[in-house]
Amino acid sequence: MKVVVFTKQTFDTEAKITLDAQGKINPEGVSLIMNPYDEFAVEEALRIKEKTKGEVTVVSMGGPKAQDVLRQALAMGADRAVLITPELEEMDEYTTATILAKAVSRMEYDLILGGWRAIDDGSAQVAGRVAEILGLPVVNMVIKLEIDGGKALATREIEGGSEMVEVPLPAVITAQKGLNEPRYPTMKGIMQAKKKPMEKLALSDLGLTAEEVAPKVRALKYFLPSPRAQGKIVPGEPAEAAAALVRLLREEAKVI
Amino acid sequence: MGKGIWVYAEHKNGKVKKVTYEMLGAARQLADQLAEEVAAVIIGKEVGELAPALGEYGADKVYVLENDALAEYTTDGYTRALAGLALEHRPTAIFLGCTVQGRDLAAQVAQRLQTGLCTDCTKVELQDGQITLTRPIYAGKAFVQAISPEARPVMATIRPNVLPVPQPQGGRAAEVVQVDVEPGDIRQIIKEVVRQVSSRPELTEADIIVSGGRGMKSAENFKILEELADVLGAAVGASRAAVDAGYAPHSMQVGQTGKTVSPQLYIACGISGAIQHLAGMGSSKVIVAINKDPEANIFKVADYGIVGDLFEVVPLLTREFRKLLGKEKEC
Repeated sequence: MKVVVFTKQTFDTEAKITLDAQGKINPEGVSLIMNPYDEFAVEEALRIKEKTKGEVTVVSMGGPKAQDVLRQALAMGADRAVLITPELEEMDEYTTATILAKAVSRMEYDLILGGWRAIDDGSAQVAGRVAEILGLPVVNMVIKLEIDGGKALATREIEGGSEMVEVPLPAVITAQKGLNEPRYPTMKGIMQAKKKPMEKLALSDLGLTAEEVAPKVRALKYFLPSPRAQGKIVPGEPAEAAAALVRLLREEAKVI
Repeated sequence: MGKGIWVYAEHKNGKVKKVTYEMLGAARQLADQLAEEVAAVIIGKEVGELAPALGEYGADKVYVLENDALAEYTTDGYTRALAGLALEHRPTAIFLGCTVQGRDLAAQVAQRLQTGLCTDCTKVELQDGQITLTRPIYAGKAFVQAISPEARPVMATIRPNVLPVPQPQGGRAAEVVQVDVEPGDIRQIIKEVVRQVSSRPELTEADIIVSGGRGMKSAENFKILEELADVLGAAVGASRAAVDAGYAPHSMQVGQTGKTVSPQLYIACGISGAIQHLAGMGSSKVIVAINKDPEANIFKVADYGIVGDLFEVVPLLTREFRKLLGKEKEC
């Protein structure tokens, strides 16, 4: 089994978001991590590799720093990495998916995995778009995956429960928390990762031009939420406070 | 001519989902400004009976796409149906609820239509002739306002609970258009569906959420939150700390690696208020915090706080709400 995994480098979840002088999201001083949902995807790919004597290719798109997440995946046990650095001013999910699909179409694969969404833009559409471009079936928000006889049996989260879906391979599957417990890279893994191949691709290497991947959506402006005013502590003994709170919610806040 | 503001009418158990009505309200306003029509698109098996309600909430036209093979939601079946209809009629915009189903469907349809998509939008407006969409990023730590300058249709998924439900107009009828659909090859074969039996609303759509954190101390103790939730008709949520400790399943998690919620009232019990959790619930209209630690971060965002032992306070709250709401029922 040849598995391709999409990973994205994101801000750490603890990051406080600020805007820079241009009014864009300020990356200064923010530590970067592998998107947590992608970690589940990498782990699942490694488990499939171990079972089927397969191989795992991790793919990321971004600046040179994105190498860090690829090295992490290699240290966990992935075999090779591909970093795409499109160097574009403006991008949207259409741009990203078009580029990723083009990169993957040059590879051999039986399965494509990724996190169901990234915790930065939260848009949850790149994997689905790639599936659509490559003509593959997709199953999103998967919490259990079995691969057998050219098929994937994926249990996915749905509203108020779960459903088990079978799709033929190759397919695109996105990981939801609960799929597995991602492993930590070992010291040995980190040493080996340094020797594993890391291919670097520019847009032109994929035969694409900036016009072909021009975004459909453009950001007008970014802004921060208005801070919430500190509220009031309802005083008194518990019984007193509880009664007062219920009254406030009814009469003052008018939410009950 | 790209004409029409479309709303994908999601339904469950024979009922149209509330977010559909919320979107119809926004669609109506846009359509009136643009002098276009509002159309609802409903897909499934025997769903035509839901069309009149869509008219009362603002749809001028309801496309009904029925087929036995569409009885259950599948990505392939529904994508082909919705994208096929959109390719034929070229609407100006398509809105879907930002639900598990809406998200799944929207990405596929947007790519098939070679257009953009903004997900989880909290605001839709017309600015300088462009449909302008606002959505949270970094789970609500920031927002971005975006447009699709040229690509049509403009596509967005709309977060449930943030737009008002319009007043329905009894007897306002929509033109019902029955559409033949050829579901074609559906590659997702649904083998089994497991539904948790719960009378409580979905977290992302609930008006009131009662949430527990590490201070709950055990899975057992969530019972006291469930009792409070049942009195209020609320959903029960949890912080990541509670989920990681095994007190609650991940499907209940609110925060940056869980669900982002926007209820009218969020009652945080034994939750310290980590930045990731605040990101997920910060857009709640009113926040109540109950925590023993007066220094807890959660008090910095709460509208009302009680410093005290949740095991003492929550049952008292349940009793007080029952008194208040029970009396009203008797009247």
